[in-house]
Amino acid sequence: MEDLKKEQKTAAQPVIDSKIPEGPIAEKWTNYKAHQKLVNPANKRRLDIIVVGTGLAGASAASSLAEMGFNVLNFCIQDSPRRAHSIAAQGGINAAKNYQNDGDSVYRLFYDTVKGGDYRARESNVYRLAEVSNSIIDQCVAQGVPFAREYGGLLDNRSFGGAQVSRTFYARGQTGQQLLLGAYSSLNRQIQLGKVKSYNRYEMQDVVMIDGRARGIIAKNLITGELERFAAHAVVIATGGYGNVYFLSTNAMSCNCTAAMACYRKGAYFANPAYVQIHPTCIPVHGDKQSKLTLMSESLRNDGRIWVPKKLEDAKKIQAGTLQGRDIPEADRDYYLERRYPAFGNLVPRDVASRAAKERCDAGFGVNNTGLAVFLDFSDAIERLGKETVGQRYGNLFDMYEEITDVNPYENPMMIYPAIHYTMGGIWVDYELQTSLKGLFAIGECNFSDHGANRLGASALMQGLADGYFVLPYTIQNYLSDQITVPRFKTDAPEFDATEKAVQAHIDKLMNIKGKRSVDSIHKEFGRLMWDYVGMGRTKEGLETALAKMKEIRKEFETNLFIPGSKEGMNVELDKAIRLGDFITMGELVAYDALNRQESCGGHFREEYQTEEGEAKRDDENYFYVACWDYPGSEDKAPKLIKEALHYEAIKVQTRNYKA
Amino acid sequence: MDKNISFKLKVWRQAGPKEKGNFETYEMQDIPGDTSFLEMLDILNEQLVDKGEEPIVFDHDCREGICGMCSLYVNGHPHGPATGATTCQLYMRRFNDGDTITVEPWRSAAFPVIKDLMVDRNAFDKIQQAGGYISFNCGGAQDANAIPISKVDADEAMDAAACIGCGACVAACKNGSAMLFVSAKVSQFAVLPQGKIEAVKRVKAMVRKMDELGFGNCTNTGACAAECPKNISLNNIARLNREFICAKFKD
Repeated sequence: MEDLKKEQKTAAQPVIDSKIPEGPIAEKWTNYKAHQKLVNPANKRRLDIIVVGTGLAGASAASSLAEMGFNVLNFCIQDSPRRAHSIAAQGGINAAKNYQNDGDSVYRLFYDTVKGGDYRARESNVYRLAEVSNSIIDQCVAQGVPFAREYGGLLDNRSFGGAQVSRTFYARGQTGQQLLLGAYSSLNRQIQLGKVKSYNRYEMQDVVMIDGRARGIIAKNLITGELERFAAHAVVIATGGYGNVYFLSTNAMSCNCTAAMACYRKGAYFANPAYVQIHPTCIPVHGDKQSKLTLMSESLRNDGRIWVPKKLEDAKKIQAGTLQGRDIPEADRDYYLERRYPAFGNLVPRDVASRAAKERCDAGFGVNNTGLAVFLDFSDAIERLGKETVGQRYGNLFDMYEEITDVNPYENPMMIYPAIHYTMGGIWVDYELQTSLKGLFAIGECNFSDHGANRLGASALMQGLADGYFVLPYTIQNYLSDQITVPRFKTDAPEFDATEKAVQAHIDKLMNIKGKRSVDSIHKEFGRLMWDYVGMGRTKEGLETALAKMKEIRKEFETNLFIPGSKEGMNVELDKAIRLGDFITMGELVAYDALNRQESCGGHFREEYQTEEGEAKRDDENYFYVACWDYPGSEDKAPKLIKEALHYEAIKVQTRNYKA
Repeated sequence: MDKNISFKLKVWRQAGPKEKGNFETYEMQDIPGDTSFLEMLDILNEQLVDKGEEPIVFDHDCREGICGMCSLYVNGHPHGPATGATTCQLYMRRFNDGDTITVEPWRSAAFPVIKDLMVDRNAFDKIQQAGGYISFNCGGAQDANAIPISKVDADEAMDAAACIGCGACVAACKNGSAMLFVSAKVSQFAVLPQGKIEAVKRVKAMVRKMDELGFGNCTNTGACAAECPKNISLNNIARLNREFICAKFKD
């Protein structure tokens, strides 16, 4: 770390230009659109765009760009674009419609998002997000997304953590699915029209740079095992977050950061990797054979009350299995969120709720056999609303919970515990969503821009669709407008040769290790290390220990990995091994960033920096910046830190307060 | 607490689309009841890799029952014996000590096997591309509350839209028919005002594509709805037939 600091002081700092438009915050996006360069329809036909990913961001971008007239090549790791992990989002999508007449506005959504992000997001991007949020709902309804409705026929809303208004639109507990299927239907129309060429079961391995611009990708055909080359005038990555660095997370099994790490190695800055969201309401870990964690929607906190026993002896009895939660009298229950945060109660933001659960469990009040769980109780709601209404609201979630745990949540309180869920950090992008590499754009969860240090519930869907439907289709034209005379690239250019060769060499290296350990066994070890030292509570010592141990695990990976089969044809173990190599690089980045950021904010909690009441303590004087990490040319060296200073004009930076 | 169980697993292994496949038998020892079916396969794969063998290939992704990727035929049922759940949400506590559990891929002419338990469901995408959308370009939408939609219709559309496109309906059908899948999409749009404009064109295009891709005919056995992990109702097929006949009359 000392070397790292010295290096940062001596090296000349590259200037970061975030390209924020001039003018007051409410006029920036309008000004940008009024003055940006456009590409005329005849020229759009001559331009090709690669979009990697088919989640909310990828599918919405691919379909919108094709509707405008560009030729789109769209890549998907699953067998169909409809299966991208956006599909699993349960709760809802925010918008500033103010249909409930409860005082919502674009400004308030903007303010809540910046505050929820603990004042670490870029103000101008967040304002734009809030501004376009209403158009997203219009777009989705026009697509035939069956949002929940009131009896009068108008759209229904619910409330979510971190907000005092009801601005969340939802489609039962399957909002992500319905929004994704909406984007998928628009995408299908463009595939049918021949404007999008869809490549399923392909995984991007590297980005191809020609004369300093992104001009193509190398992708692995997961069925044949072959590497294939694709060229375009611009490359958009929409490949999601890096939650699976932790092995156990709520991410799908194929979620990975290989595409993001390929961009990082080519020189794209990686911003704020330490900002990882731990979701407070997941089903607790049950054993060492578990492959993933299941989320219980945050919407449950609307009606569920979170508690642990007041008395330590009651907690011990529950842990031993001799007492049940429902048998503990009301007076002996500690509704700790309502106690600590009277104004927001059970609807505090995710980071606050997660840490509060950890605090109670660390103090010995956990309520399952591992001591790592708290109750989420619906008995009050059932009494107030009746079992039927509760069932209508949450029935599918209750059924899912019962199937997994064999416990009926109508009768016994649910048990929940925090788990890795979302990553606010990501590839650095400017206001135009362009990375620090020309012609390379990043959208959705895989960029860093809108959520600061913590994301509010129902904002991920909003951001993915905002980027894809309403932001990138404008900003990418500003880049492409002077590319109209650039002829299509041939994939036999020397840059394609060199990049493919490098990917092939990496694959050969992995296949030839011929050690003893499976990919998963190393990944589990790495994930455990991440959770223990780079998880909910971080310390200087812990992070330094983690970085040292990560080096050992990397060595183990490079010398003792075993991949059965051959590189020809389908080889799922090889595919997982490639991803794991990148997870290790990513994990180190998270740790470096967490070590550097000597403050607590949002999802990043350094135990040394907390108030007497155990709340996160920010240091705005020294850390009011976006930490951009530049690849040092090798995994053996520490990455270089470059700072993008934050400037707030509209919002006064203050301590987050959810108490009053 | 769940008990651990030991059982015999018969798994279909097939090296490639054109190779001949066969069942392999594996002995599984002491598997905890709270292990999901796919986690149980992970355990087996870990054992195979440790022995230097190639793991069993199967499709899976979200592991929370919504992506529709998992596609296993367990003991003669798509997604196994549990109703209203996908394979990833099937837990080993549903089985008994000493059982023999048979695992096969979806078996249908329209879903060729790629490897082991993985099949190609591209045909489903093609049906959707034929007409499973509302034609309009992003940016032109009116205010979301401009057209009120009755809660009953919205709920009905949602019931149909809950389809995850896994293909269990096709796998369950003795004719290999995709009617439940197609009817779910047709129904979702048929009950919403936004979808009515293109309803005639849509139903004809989707049904034509379905027939073209080699899916079988529907003979109303109802196996599809009985095995559907999302409980998509047979009423959708009735609506599809109605929409289709009306569309034909308009010709």
